[in-house]
Amino acid sequence: MFIRKLSKAMLATGALMLAGCEGGVLDPKGQVGMDEKHLIIVATLLMLIVVIPVIFMTLYFAWKYRDGRDLEIYAPKWAHSKTIEIVVWLIPIVIVIVLGIITWDSTHKLDPYKPLEHDAKPITVQVVSLDWKWLFIYPEYGIASVNELAFPTNVPVNFKITSDTAMNSFFIPQLGSQIYSMAGMATKLHLIANEPGTFEGISANYSGAGFAGMKFNAIATPTADDFDAWVTKVKQQASTLDVEQYKQLAKKSENNPVQYFGSVQRGMFNYIVMQYMHPDSNMKSMGSMEGMEGMEGMHDMGNMEGMEGMHDMGNMEGMDHAQHMQHMQHMKDMDAGQHSQHSTPSHSTTEPSSTVSGEAE
Amino acid sequence: MSFFGKLTLESIPYHEPIIMVTLAVVGVIGLIIAALITKHQKWGVLWHDWLTSVDHKRLGIMYILLALVMLIRGFSDAIMMRTQQALATNGAAGYLPPEHYDQIFTAHGVIMIIFMAMPFMIGLMNLILPLQIGARDVAFPFLNNLSFWLTTSGAVLINISLGLGEFAKTGWVAYPPLSELAYSPGVGVDYYIWALQISGIGTTLTGVNFIATVLKMRAPGMKLMQMPIFTWTCTWANILIVASFPILTAVLGLLTLDRYLDFHFFTNDGGGNAMMYINLFWAWGHPEVYILILPAFGIFSEVISTFTSKRLFGYSSMVWASGAISILGFIVWLHHFFTMGSSANVNAFFGVMTMVIAVPTGVKLFNWLFTIYRGRLRITVPVLWTLGFMVTFTIGGMTGVLLAVPGADYVLHNSLFLIAHFHNTILGGAVFGYMAGFAFWFPKAMGFHLNERLGKASFWCWQVGFYVAFMPLYVLGFLGMTRRINHTDNPAWNFWIYFAAVGAFIILAGIILQFVQLYVSFRDREQNLDTTGDPWNGHTLEWSTSSPPQFYNFAKLPHVSDIDAFTDMKEKGQAYQREQTYQPIHMPKNTASGILIAACITAVGFAAIWHIWWLAIVGFAGAFVLFLVRAYDNDVDYYVQPDDVTRIENAHLDNVTANLTNVVRG
Amino acid sequence: MSIAIQADLHVTHPHEHNDQHHDEHHDTSANTLFGFWIYLMTDCILFASVFATYAVLYMNTDGGVSGKDIFELDFVLIETAALLVSSITYGVAMICAKHQKQAATLGWLLVTFALGCVFIAMEVYEFHHLIEHGNGPDRSAFLSAFFALVGMHGLHVTAGLIWMLIMMVEVLKTGLTNRSVTRLSCLSLFWHFLDIVWVCVFTVVYLLGAL
Repeated sequence: MFIRKLSKAMLATGALMLAGCEGGVLDPKGQVGMDEKHLIIVATLLMLIVVIPVIFMTLYFAWKYRDGRDLEIYAPKWAHSKTIEIVVWLIPIVIVIVLGIITWDSTHKLDPYKPLEHDAKPITVQVVSLDWKWLFIYPEYGIASVNELAFPTNVPVNFKITSDTAMNSFFIPQLGSQIYSMAGMATKLHLIANEPGTFEGISANYSGAGFAGMKFNAIATPTADDFDAWVTKVKQQASTLDVEQYKQLAKKSENNPVQYFGSVQRGMFNYIVMQYMHPDSNMKSMGSMEGMEGMEGMHDMGNMEGMEGMHDMGNMEGMDHAQHMQHMQHMKDMDAGQHSQHSTPSHSTTEPSSTVSGEAE
Repeated sequence: MSFFGKLTLESIPYHEPIIMVTLAVVGVIGLIIAALITKHQKWGVLWHDWLTSVDHKRLGIMYILLALVMLIRGFSDAIMMRTQQALATNGAAGYLPPEHYDQIFTAHGVIMIIFMAMPFMIGLMNLILPLQIGARDVAFPFLNNLSFWLTTSGAVLINISLGLGEFAKTGWVAYPPLSELAYSPGVGVDYYIWALQISGIGTTLTGVNFIATVLKMRAPGMKLMQMPIFTWTCTWANILIVASFPILTAVLGLLTLDRYLDFHFFTNDGGGNAMMYINLFWAWGHPEVYILILPAFGIFSEVISTFTSKRLFGYSSMVWASGAISILGFIVWLHHFFTMGSSANVNAFFGVMTMVIAVPTGVKLFNWLFTIYRGRLRITVPVLWTLGFMVTFTIGGMTGVLLAVPGADYVLHNSLFLIAHFHNTILGGAVFGYMAGFAFWFPKAMGFHLNERLGKASFWCWQVGFYVAFMPLYVLGFLGMTRRINHTDNPAWNFWIYFAAVGAFIILAGIILQFVQLYVSFRDREQNLDTTGDPWNGHTLEWSTSSPPQFYNFAKLPHVSDIDAFTDMKEKGQAYQREQTYQPIHMPKNTASGILIAACITAVGFAAIWHIWWLAIVGFAGAFVLFLVRAYDNDVDYYVQPDDVTRIENAHLDNVTANLTNVVRG
Repeated sequence: MSIAIQADLHVTHPHEHNDQHHDEHHDTSANTLFGFWIYLMTDCILFASVFATYAVLYMNTDGGVSGKDIFELDFVLIETAALLVSSITYGVAMICAKHQKQAATLGWLLVTFALGCVFIAMEVYEFHHLIEHGNGPDRSAFLSAFFALVGMHGLHVTAGLIWMLIMMVEVLKTGLTNRSVTRLSCLSLFWHFLDIVWVCVFTVVYLLGAL
C-alpha cells in the first residue's frame, strides 16, 4: 500500500516535470534559466544513483528479513564488515566529489554578478523594491516604470538592485536566478531572454502585508524596435520621477497597477541607495547627494572591508564597493552634462567583470 | 506611559472571530481539566509529584506533553495556512487577511521548531539518556527542572500572544529590517524575541546539564565508545546546543537593543547591517536542525537494532558520522542565502561543504540497512516509523543536496520546493524519529503498552498524508510559487494547492488517531501492562529497570562492559539479580523553585513586551530572591533507606520472575 | 539574565552534603565546576558573536565619531589595570580559601571587589561622558556595537560583583565549607574568564580602534 502510494506520488511528479510547460523554472525562456534547469536535472540524476537503491534496499530488506521467516542467515552478533563500511563511505564520497566539481564549476558560470557573454550590447535596469511594488529605472533612457519591466529579446540585461524598505528578492522564474534587494546597497543580476514573451516577476522574499501582490510583468519584446516603441510609449507620459514623486511612490501601497514615468531625475537610483548611507543625504539634500557629499557617505560602506579576512562573513561582499564608486562616477559624469537626460544609451555603467569578484577572496 | 505600559483593553483582538472562538475553546478545555483534577483531588499530586519534580523521567514526560500540546497549536496553524491557500486561488482573498495569515505562518514555524520539536527531543532525551548510561539522575537535577520551566515560559508567552496583542508578522526567521521597529511597530516581534530568548536560555542550560551528565555520571565501566547510540547522538546534539544557542541569545539580544533602545545593528539607517543578523541567525539556525535530527538518528538506530534483534551495524561509524555532521553543521550556514550576492567562490565553498554532510548521513542510512540485513525484523509501530523515515528522508536529503547547488538554489530559493524539502527532513526525519521513540519508550515511561492497531493506522495517515501534502509543494516550487504568499492568481498552481490541502487533512487524521490511541491505551492499560520492564527484548540499560522505572532508577548501579549492556547481562545471566543488601540511595528533593523562578521570568518577558517596567523589575527581583533562597536551602536531599529499596526491588523482581518466560525470546 | 545563569550553576547540587555517603561515581563539587566550565564556554560564544558584530560594524560610523575620536587610552589603561590586578587578588583569595584562612580570604575578596568597583565606575563614567556628548549607542552602528560589547562585559562584571558580595556574606556566616569553596572556585573561573574577555576587548576595541 505504501509503495503504491509512493510510486503514485512520484509518477505524478514525474508526469508534471515532463509536461512542464506551464511556466516556472522548468520552463525557462532565457539562457541563465536554461542552464539552471539543466543543472537541476543533472544533479538530480546523479543523486538518484544512490537514492533509488537506498529506497529499494529499505523496502526489500524490510520484507526479506522480516521476523517469522527464520532464515538460516540470522546473525545477531554480526555488526561489522570492513568491506561494507568502506563501500558505504566510498559511494557517497564519490558522488559528492562529482557533484562538488559540478557545483564549483556551475557556481562560477552562473554567478549572478557575472556579466553575460553576448554580442549584443547590454542594457541597464535599476530595480528598487518598495512597499509593495517594483520600480524599474532605465538610466540610459531616462525613464521609469512601476510593476512592468521591458527589454528586447536576445539582449543581456544588467540589473542593479536595491530596496527602500525591507529585504526582497528580485525574481523572474522563467529567466533564471534571483537576487536579494537590500536597502543601502546595490546587488547585481544579469539575465537574458532568448524567447520573446511576458513572464511573471515576483518578490521571492517575504516583506510584509502586501507581499503577495508584489508582482510585475517582465516583457521580452520580439525585436529592438518593439522595445524602442515601448520606450517611446513610456516617454510620452508627462509625469517625472523626481524626489517629490518618489516620496509619494515609496509610500505603502498594495497591488499597484502599471505606472510609467516619462522622465527621471538624474541620479535617482543612487539617491535611493545613498539615503541610508549618511544622515545628511536625506530627502532635503538631493542636490548635494549627487556630488561629493554622497561620495563621503561611501565611507560607511567600508564595512565590507571590515569583513575581509573574516571567513564567516564571506557573504558581505554582496555590497560591491568598487562598483558603487564607479557608479557614482558615472552619475557625476551625467551631471557634468556629458549627455542630456534623454541621451542615447550609454554603457559606462557596465564595468569590467574583474571588479565583481575582485573583493571576494 | 500608563500603569500597564502599552497594554490596553484594545489589545484583545475582539474583531477576530477565529481567535475569539479558539480562546473560548481553550478556556473551556482548561476549565474541564481543572474540574477533573478537582474532582479526583489531584491538585496535590500534580504539584508535589509533577510540577515541582526534579526527576528526569517526569520532566521528560512533561516536556513531551508540552510538545504534544504545542503540536496541536502548530498544526492548527498549518491547517489554516493550507486552507487559506486553497481558498485564495484565482485572485480570491480567502478567509485570512495578510494581517492574520502572516502571524500564522510565523507562529507555525516558531512553534513547530522551538516549542514542538525541541521539547519533544529534549523530553525523550530526559526520559531515556540517564537510564541508558546507568545514572540515577542528571548532573544538576534542579537546573533540569528550571530548564523545563523556562522552555514552558516561552511557550506560555507565545500562547498569550494569541489573545493579547499579536504575534510577529515576519516569518519565523524575523529578518530585519522587517523585524525592526520601523516596519514592525507592534508587539508581535517582541513576543517573538522574548519567547525565543527565554526558552533558548532554558535549552542552553539543558545542553550544559546533559554534557556534564554524560561525561561525569556514566555507570562504572562504561567507556565513551560503549555508550548507547542514542546517548551518543544526544551528546552531539548537546554539544551543538552549547555551541550554537548562545549565538541565538546574542542575535536576539542585539535585535532587542535595536527595538528597545534605538541601537543600529540591523536597521536600514544609522549604518546598520541587516546581513549581520541573517548570518548570525543561521549560524545558530543551521546547527539547530542538526540538534533536531541527530537524536532522531539515534532513536532509529536503537529501534532498528532492537527490533531486528541484532547489534547495530557499524557502531563507531555511526558515532563518528554523527560527529562529522555536528562539526560540518557549523560551516554551511551560508547556504540559507546564496542569493544575497556573495561571490562565486564563497557560494561554491558553502555549497560543497553542505554536500559533504550528505556523506556521513548516507553512511548512516547504509548502516541501518545493514543492521536489518541478516536480522529478524519485527514490524512494530516504531519500526514502521523508521522505515517510513528511511524512504522519506532519502528523498528529503536528495532535494537538500539539490538546494545546496547554488545554481539550482538561485531559482529554488524561498520557493515551495524549499518548504517541501525542509518538511521532508524535519517532519520525515526528526518528527518521525520522535514518533518512533514515543512508541518505543512509551511502555518504559508509563508502564503499559500503546495500542498497536491505532498506532499503525496513525502511522499510515501521517505517511500518506505527508506525501500528499508535500510532494505537490515540490511541484509548486518548480512552477515558480514562492513561500509565504497570502493568495495566488495562477491557474497552473491550483490543482497542486488543493492536493496539498487534502494531505494536511490526512495528517490531521493521523494526529487525531494518535490522541485516540493514547486514550484507548490508557483505558485498557490494565490488560497491557509491561510487567518485566523489557517489552521488546532491549539491548540497553533502560530496559533493565522496571516500567516505569523506580524513582532512583537503579537500586545498585550497573557495571557495564559492552555497548549492548543489557543484552550482555542477559547473556551472562547477570540480569535481574537480587542483592542481599542495598546501600542507602541519595536523592534530590522536589522543589518549587524552578516553576516559581520561571513564573517570575515569564512576568519579566511579558512586562518587557508591553513596556510595563515596574513589573519587569518586580519579576526580575523575584527571580533573583527565589534563586538565592534556593541556593541557600539546606533541605534539598534525602536518603532512600536500604529496607525500602529491598522491598521495592523484590516486588519488581517477583513480577519479573512470574513473567520472565515472555522476556527471553529468540 | 546573565546573573541568573551564573547563579544557576553554582547552586548546591543536592548530592553535595553528607560526605560520609559518597555515591560510587559522584564527586559533585567536581561536577559543579565542570558544569560551570561548560557554561563559560557558552558565554564565550556569546561574546564571540558580539565581537563578530563589532568587527563588522566598527567602520559604520554613519558620519559620526570613530574609535580614534573617542577612545582615551590612558583612561582605559587604568581601567584595565584595575581589572587585571583584581584577577591576581582573587587568585590570592582562592589560595587562602584552599588553606582555610577565612579572614585572609575575606580580605582579599574585599580588595578584589573594590578593584572591580573601580573598573565599573570608570566604565560608567566613560559611557556617561560619551552619551552626554551625543555619542550614545543610538548615534551609529559603530557606537551601538561598542556600547553593546563593552556594556555586555560590564554587565558580566557587575553580576560577578554581586555574586562576590553574596559569597563574602556566605563565607562570613558559614565559613569556608565545601559548598562555599566550590562556589568561590566557580566565581574564580568566571572572574578570570572576564579578565581574558577584557584583554580581547581592550586589544580589539581600544588599541586597534585608537591606532
